[in-house]
Amino acid sequence: MRELSLHLLDIAENSVNAKAGNVEILVSEDTRTDRLRMTIQDDGQGMDAETVARVTDPFVTSRTTRKVGLGLPFLKMAAESCNGYLTVQSQKGKGTRVDAEFQLSHIDRMPMGDLTSTILSLIIGFPQVHWTFTYQGNGNEFVFDDRVVKEELEGIPLSEPAVLQYLREMITEGIQANQPASRTSLHQP
Amino acid sequence: MPTIKNLDDLKRIREEALEKRKLKTASGNVQVVVGMGTCGIAAGARETMKAILETIEKDNLSGITVTQTGCIGLCEREPIVMVTVGEEPKVTYGKVTPEVARRILKEHVGAGKIVEDHKIAIS
Repeated sequence: MRELSLHLLDIAENSVNAKAGNVEILVSEDTRTDRLRMTIQDDGQGMDAETVARVTDPFVTSRTTRKVGLGLPFLKMAAESCNGYLTVQSQKGKGTRVDAEFQLSHIDRMPMGDLTSTILSLIIGFPQVHWTFTYQGNGNEFVFDDRVVKEELEGIPLSEPAVLQYLREMITEGIQANQPASRTSLHQP
Repeated sequence: MPTIKNLDDLKRIREEALEKRKLKTASGNVQVVVGMGTCGIAAGARETMKAILETIEKDNLSGITVTQTGCIGLCEREPIVMVTVGEEPKVTYGKVTPEVARRILKEHVGAGKIVEDHKIAIS
């Protein structure tokens, strides 16, 4: 995968597959510390310690861990090649948290890509999940909580044209308004 | 920064959508499901999803529910899109690029004509 936002989409799908009701996504870009961080936290079924230890190893993943697949190993490799890391914390019955961090300016860091499309895909595609998306740029913050929108819409599907436009514009503007000035990686392709 | 800038906009959207729904109840609901497992994403499913959402927005297509699913075991034919129009059988499409997705919305959803060259199955 060529964009961090595609990895984000992939990892968030794991949360849905783990029957999460609430998923919180954080993307932080900080030019002051030169770090880029992505966090995906869910309240899904979680994993035992043994499974957690295996999920980032592509050669040990078997059918029993199929819901994790190749996504985490790919992202871990990408993070580690950019002075970063990937951690997975999980508790059976409680949920899972994935943290991936990169050196923002690292030459090998893949671009963030189309973050808005990733978030839209998740919100629209899994309406039964409560999504919270936070974007931080040098400490400035945009928070999108889809519960507010869903309550206001009272059952109107999120894939109605006017709702789509509303969501797309709000998320795009929220990211752009908080992006560190020198960063251009989040611009729409 | 506030989470929601303009809740009034959403209220207006809801009212309009409700009005439209009253007019459209006879035409039947359309379900579109995009395969978004690791295989699907790697094959470009997000761009397919984006094309579907953009077309809905641009052409003002009401009454289409778009959702996602994980890997369905046909990884080599991703991106996969499944379309159900009203009571008709579900049609599964493979190798759905953004261009094919736009065709599906226009020809299948819009005109009731299945896009045969990307059809995998009807169930």
